[in-house]
Amino acid sequence: MIALEHIAIRAGAFALNDVSFTVPEAVYGVLMGPTGCGKTTLVEIICGLRKPEAGRVLVNGRDVTAEPPGNRGVGYVPQDGAMFPTMTVRQQLGFPLHIRHRPAQEIAARVAELAEHLGIAHLLDRKPHGLSGGERQRVALGRALAAKPAVLLLDEPLSALDENRRGDMRDLLKRVQREHGVSVLHVTHDRSEARQVADLLLVMTEGCVRPADLNTLGAPCTCQP
Amino acid sequence: MTDQHRAGPNWPFWVVIAAVTTAYLGLLFGMLAATATYTSPHDLIRALGSREIQYATGLSLVSCTIVALLSLVVAVPVGYLMSRGRFAGKNTLDTLLDVPIVLPPMVIGLCLLIAFQTPLGRAIDRIVPFTYTVFGVLLAQFTVGAAFAVRQMRTTFDHLASRPEDVAMTLGCSRGQAVWLVTLPAAKRGMFSAASIAWARSLGEFGPILVFAGATRMKTEVLPTTVWLELSVGNLEAAIAVSLMMVALAVTVLLAMRAVGERP
Repeated sequence: MIALEHIAIRAGAFALNDVSFTVPEAVYGVLMGPTGCGKTTLVEIICGLRKPEAGRVLVNGRDVTAEPPGNRGVGYVPQDGAMFPTMTVRQQLGFPLHIRHRPAQEIAARVAELAEHLGIAHLLDRKPHGLSGGERQRVALGRALAAKPAVLLLDEPLSALDENRRGDMRDLLKRVQREHGVSVLHVTHDRSEARQVADLLLVMTEGCVRPADLNTLGAPCTCQP
Repeated sequence: MTDQHRAGPNWPFWVVIAAVTTAYLGLLFGMLAATATYTSPHDLIRALGSREIQYATGLSLVSCTIVALLSLVVAVPVGYLMSRGRFAGKNTLDTLLDVPIVLPPMVIGLCLLIAFQTPLGRAIDRIVPFTYTVFGVLLAQFTVGAAFAVRQMRTTFDHLASRPEDVAMTLGCSRGQAVWLVTLPAAKRGMFSAASIAWARSLGEFGPILVFAGATRMKTEVLPTTVWLELSVGNLEAAIAVSLMMVALAVTVLLAMRAVGERP
């Protein structure tokens, strides 16, 4: 479960006031809104990469607002995958377990399992240089899942992919969410993408977030920003 | 009405570019070629065989290497702070960090000399004697070399995306672990360049060393000091021999930097 309660943040002329929403456990939530409306800022607040001026962040009911990013139990897949440039795919997938000082056998088994599951077993000894956009996103997804987080945050995960790859990746994300039983918050500005994957749709307009029905996408905001 | 405008030819533009480039390269290669052909190989080898020049060569190579490593130790954290940090007074600090680059070399030497005349400076000098010693040579070289290394490391971090570091933190790293495990391995070419720049700058450093460490033969004598000392006694062959050796060393460092920079 992901919950934001009365989050406020200000950065220059940009401000979000009193943002609250919940993505229940094992639900695929999609946060939709126009480019530049603050979706990524909210994702960064959930990750712990930005500090809100007010409000609370809860992950599976636990208040993580004051926790550093690594203690929140959150997997994060940014828009471009943000590969670690000097590591092989195998090292990237094993990285979260390596940080946790897990035994080498356990790391190898988890890497093999993820690679098989995500269809990247043939890439394990490759470095990010030369991987396609789709391959990078799969590696980033596997890396985010490696430590079995309770929550997965996907920031525009399909935007860097060409049209042919989007469908495959969309299906993969949906399958991964079901099989791993994680709560997902998928950020996008694409309506058709949102309709195809969302269990729960959240729309962000004018600094506020509200649940929306798939058929009423784009209705005017009724809350006070 | 149709547009009657016709774009002019491009060749005059390229002719001007080529002419300026050729003139500048002519100046560089002309002066190097004139120096290289001024004396015979036999005289060069004889000059390089002198004990003083061998001492200066050894001290230059050792001091430049130590300074390059020390500069890196300072440049990595300072460069990181200036690239990633957001804090009040950053612009002022940025300007201060560039001071050793823009100050006249003699002034740097004078500032060092005066700093070691203060009570704190004298106290340090009693523990580790810097003034007119080999340690002074190192400090004078470091003051300038480190400033160039800091600038290089800042540029390196500016060109590296910060997002992988953020992701590493969400995966369980502290900031220090994320930098150590993700950012620094990606910055290794920049680190090599920063060390090389500090090394090359230190090799050519003369003014601060002359003022702060002196020009004592077989003591604080580095290669630029040798050129100056040999010129001052009219031994042009020795001055040219040392100059050519420094040109060769500088070109070697440049080629190494280029080779590392272009490696995929």
